[in-house]
Amino acid sequence: METLTFRHTTKKPLAGSVPHAITGVVASGNLEILLERVLPPDACEVAIETPIAGYGDVWEAVVADFVARAQPGGLRISINDGGARPDTVSLRLLQGARLMEA
Amino acid sequence: MAGNRAASIDPDSLSWYEATARQRVLALTDPGSFREFLPPTERRMSPHLPLFDLPRAFDDGIVVGRARLDGAPILIAAQEGRFMGGAFGEVHGAKLVGLLRAALELKPKAVLILFDTGGVRLQEANAGETAIAETMRAIVDARAAGIPVIGLIGGRAGCYGGGGLIAGTCSRLAVSEGGRISVSGPEVIETNKGAEEFDSRDRALVWRTMGGKHRRLTGGADAFCADTVSAFRKAALALVGRAPAFDLQTLEAEQARLEARIDQFGDCRDAADVWARLGVNDPESVPAMDTGAFDETVARSPEADHDAR
Amino acid sequence: MTLAEILASLFPQGHAVAVRDGLVTGTGPFAGGQMHVVGVDGDTPLGVDGALVLSRVVLDAVRASDRAPILVAVDSDSQRMSRRDELLGLNECLAHLAKAILLADRSGHPTIGLIYGHSAAGAFIATALATRVLAALPGAHPSVMDLPSVARVTKLPLDKLKDMAKSTPVFAPGLDNMVATGAVHVVLEPNLSLEAQIRALIDGMSAGDVRDRLGEERGGRPVARAIAAAIADQARLG
Repeated sequence: METLTFRHTTKKPLAGSVPHAITGVVASGNLEILLERVLPPDACEVAIETPIAGYGDVWEAVVADFVARAQPGGLRISINDGGARPDTVSLRLLQGARLMEA
Repeated sequence: MAGNRAASIDPDSLSWYEATARQRVLALTDPGSFREFLPPTERRMSPHLPLFDLPRAFDDGIVVGRARLDGAPILIAAQEGRFMGGAFGEVHGAKLVGLLRAALELKPKAVLILFDTGGVRLQEANAGETAIAETMRAIVDARAAGIPVIGLIGGRAGCYGGGGLIAGTCSRLAVSEGGRISVSGPEVIETNKGAEEFDSRDRALVWRTMGGKHRRLTGGADAFCADTVSAFRKAALALVGRAPAFDLQTLEAEQARLEARIDQFGDCRDAADVWARLGVNDPESVPAMDTGAFDETVARSPEADHDAR
Repeated sequence: MTLAEILASLFPQGHAVAVRDGLVTGTGPFAGGQMHVVGVDGDTPLGVDGALVLSRVVLDAVRASDRAPILVAVDSDSQRMSRRDELLGLNECLAHLAKAILLADRSGHPTIGLIYGHSAAGAFIATALATRVLAALPGAHPSVMDLPSVARVTKLPLDKLKDMAKSTPVFAPGLDNMVATGAVHVVLEPNLSLEAQIRALIDGMSAGDVRDRLGEERGGRPVARAIAAAIADQARLG
């Protein structure tokens, strides 16, 4: 298993007040994402556990893109990956952020 | 709460088979009533899967908690069939055991178990097997205390291995077409006994032999549901009200029921032979029947309804 | 030990236990009363027919309400793997047998499992694992699945699995590992009287299910007890 952690500073906190949410399932080609509103409003941390080693660059790019689009300030995001493709990861991250905003 | 968000899912249109364990729980129970025990934020994950370089799940593939069903307090557990085939690992099994033990104290109106499992998780086989035995003992304790334990079966992993034995321990079972109940899975039989004994690629054979319709017609399940969450909710509500007692009389009746089944159908090679002997006019048509037509067929089956479980 | 040796040590004055088609049934004099014996011998797989023979005997004992101990002696294969068994509802028949044993226990019959050979999967759950206290004899080899099959399913090399098995009792076959997880309470001493040892087991039986506590103490199931307890704690909070 490979563990990756990315920390970002956001321009603003994520809207809404949902304290936590989970989306997705750990399965082949899929992943689960746990989002928790526990960080300072301008901070976002994404921690990933994946059985597929060597894709740190791809994860870094996907996470950076998500942070830029969603501005998920305040969130600690934990991912259990089952070997999801980058587009699936992006989709789930945005789904998760929407659950937190509601 | 995240839970309240997902409660907006429409139970009438949500496919049980396609839904995740979490979606099933939220759409089955009264809106906003579900409270999870050891939720994902507590990260009580398998201590063993990392040794096998396998990913873990925050809930170890089972969602457990309390909720209300038509206003009445219940306890509920739902297995996630897509994570490790919904199989029983150490944490997964212990969550179900803990929930059933809690029932003795809390005296809920019922405990619902939403099965979706291939059986024991091989990477944690001894823990899973032992947890299944503990679960069966805890179900018996709950039933003997007058708490109905209702199993709902319609997920993609079916209800196999030790899961099948746990299902057989429940007070009542509801099953959909896709809900297979069996001990040995098709692949296991084929691997051990050959394709002449069971061709696991013959999906029609799998469904005929282990599927919801066969189980319902022969009394292996007490309700047959369309593949929607609302159908399972309706079935669960009906079954809670007519759970058999756990006592000698019930088990004597079950003994007689199962002996009679073997006497009557023990020489049948195929499920269609069993259905013909049950008086089904056109047994070959059973797999294609819609829920309404199938309900009428069930009503004519002498084996389908009983209190012998 | 063979079944004959076990019965001789358990019932020195003789017994009326017979084996037919691999199914063990009968009684023997025990502790001033009698003991019922059911079981599976000779590495026999347990199917729908056999399960109902054994459950019949257990229910008869409950109906007699003599509160006599019931010994479930096991040297079985796994469940019988066949199309016929599944067609006839093997899950119901095996669960029924387990329920009968659990009912007996609730009805005042001490239930003791004794594994003296092999057992696996559904057959193990329906018999020995449904008893209140499960003892084993040295040489017993319960398993869920043998390592070559585990290797096939998990796609891990057999050598690696054998290595992992040395340090990780949670998945590896064998008696020591089932003791470590708490499923097997105790390993008996074959050179001492089984009658005395089983009497002591019955006298020392605890009321609840102690298997997760044993698994925690012995290190084979490090977290199960704490998880189950945490669920119960959270359930108690309003």
